[in-house]
Amino acid sequence: MTISIRSVEKKFGRYPALNHVDLEIADGELVALLGPSGSGKTTLLRTIAGLEFPDAGQVLFEGQDVTFASAAARRVGFVFQQYALFKHMTVARNIAFGLDVRKGKDKPPKAEIARRVDELLKLVELDGLGKRYPSQLSGGQRQRVALSRALAVQPSVLLLDEPFGALDATVRKSLRKELRRVHDATGVTTIFVTHDQEEALGLADRVAILNAGRIEQIGTPDEVHDNPATPFVCGFVGEANRFEGTVSGGRFTSGAVSFDANGVKDGAAVGFVRPHDLAPDDGGFEVRVDRVHVQGALASVSASTADGRHVEITASRAEAARFTGTIKLAARKSHVYPA
Amino acid sequence: MAPSRSPTRILDDDHPMTAETISAPPRPAQRPLFRRRSAIPGFGLTLGVTLTILSLIVLIPLSAVAIKSSSLSPAQFLAAAFSERAIAAYRLTFGAAFVAAVINAVFGVLTTWALVRYEFPGKAVVNALVDLPFALPTAVAGIALATLYAPNGWVGQYLTPLGIKAAYNPVGVTIALIFIGLPFVVRTLEPVMRDLSADVEEAAASLGAGRFATIGRIILPALGPAWLTGFALAFARGVGEYGSVIFIAGNMPYKSEIAPLLIIIQLEQFEYANAAAIAVVMLAVSFLMLLVINAIQAWSRRFV
Repeated sequence: MTISIRSVEKKFGRYPALNHVDLEIADGELVALLGPSGSGKTTLLRTIAGLEFPDAGQVLFEGQDVTFASAAARRVGFVFQQYALFKHMTVARNIAFGLDVRKGKDKPPKAEIARRVDELLKLVELDGLGKRYPSQLSGGQRQRVALSRALAVQPSVLLLDEPFGALDATVRKSLRKELRRVHDATGVTTIFVTHDQEEALGLADRVAILNAGRIEQIGTPDEVHDNPATPFVCGFVGEANRFEGTVSGGRFTSGAVSFDANGVKDGAAVGFVRPHDLAPDDGGFEVRVDRVHVQGALASVSASTADGRHVEITASRAEAARFTGTIKLAARKSHVYPA
Repeated sequence: MAPSRSPTRILDDDHPMTAETISAPPRPAQRPLFRRRSAIPGFGLTLGVTLTILSLIVLIPLSAVAIKSSSLSPAQFLAAAFSERAIAAYRLTFGAAFVAAVINAVFGVLTTWALVRYEFPGKAVVNALVDLPFALPTAVAGIALATLYAPNGWVGQYLTPLGIKAAYNPVGVTIALIFIGLPFVVRTLEPVMRDLSADVEEAAASLGAGRFATIGRIILPALGPAWLTGFALAFARGVGEYGSVIFIAGNMPYKSEIAPLLIIIQLEQFEYANAAAIAVVMLAVSFLMLLVINAIQAWSRRFV
């Protein structure tokens, strides 16, 4: 199922939640909507789901206009952050609900529903728990039930709103793999919302980065990380040292700090350098090392320039020994944007 | 604690192994016999006060009723407790309380729905009105209802031509009990309905459930336990209600005389034991009903 969002706008009171958003999603893609809170990512997801309706613009499913169609008519599967399970129903009846409420000849026979429920319980590795109530399950198990409930109706698109937000780190990691596996097994077009960049970059085929109701950049995880289109994306995705300064003659300068800014016109600018793109270099700028913190195979180094600018460097553990006293640093790669 | 000695030293000839050289672990502390230790203070005090008050206010008076009635012989007891007049009074009391509780259960859900789900002008006033039956002296309510629903009252005058008599008969009793019981249902349902999150309904909608399916299969079952509690409270209150009912009931023996009134009448005739006998029957029936309702509740809460 292809999905097109065409210049969608949505205001809550006077606050614009979505501001001319355009987005094309291909059949079978796994797309992450990534952004800080209040960026409009959940509103965009709910607009796609038919739980929220835009003030202007169009939502197309497979070329058909569904802008004002109900969630049920769109056949979307929606997974909520807080699971939203039906507490008074067993796990099996929760999963069966979408098939059970169908009427007339659309409603599959009982045996067919039971078979489908078993199949889904197996898919999310919950076989044997069909008779439990949601209150008897852990958070991770509940979210698996919510996922299979959404899949039971064979949705044209699966939408997940911060699906792992309420879970602890270990469960989150395993459920992430689970979602990827389920997506690959079913091939259903999937869109999920997250504010966790690690989750978005690690799981999605493409990532759409939202800020203040606009999409700042859409691309593969590598593209948005390596070639951020805007200063916001550069600061939001991955770690970065941010400097405010000026560009003159293809070189960015901010106090003692300076690095290449090829192709950027002269004037005020913001420059970003990723911590792993900084390395000791005798031709570079001078910093004093404040602290070296070893984490597994990597060492993160805090340093500061003479005029008080703070710099973070990531190096391999073997290189960590070189970071003592006052050293000189140069940037292998940098991102500079006119201010 | 002293560091443990090295084994070589213990086995040294100069230091023969004695009871003193190996320090025995301290004897485990005795576990309290009756209850676990808890970090939350005040168990003894609060439970003590609770049991004292419950005994003084509830248990001793209730047992006094039973003891008083036991001054009758079994035949006398049966004659007093199950006279034709008493049976008619029970039927009216429990019947009217049941009907009123059912009606309150239905309208209570609608009222709560409006109060919880929507913002509208005058909501605070409606909210306060719901509590009025709690606060109003029941005699005031009884006089007001009787005046309204009497055949010449504001409402009654329009009902009389339709052949409906809404005062001085069982219908009047039921009206009074509906008035008294409404806040019990509303105030019990309100917090539960407030807690029902919107995303559960959205989930149902996204799975293809229409509005009626969502209400019938998701919302009402989730409200079930609280609903039953509200119903039970309204019913129990209705069974015991006296003040507002006697003004509108008409109090005709065998027809519109409620059991609490019959007890008063017996007392006024100095038939204390007979009054106690009727009281014992009411006590038993109320107890039984609460037991049944609690059992249903326990069953409907199995998923919590």
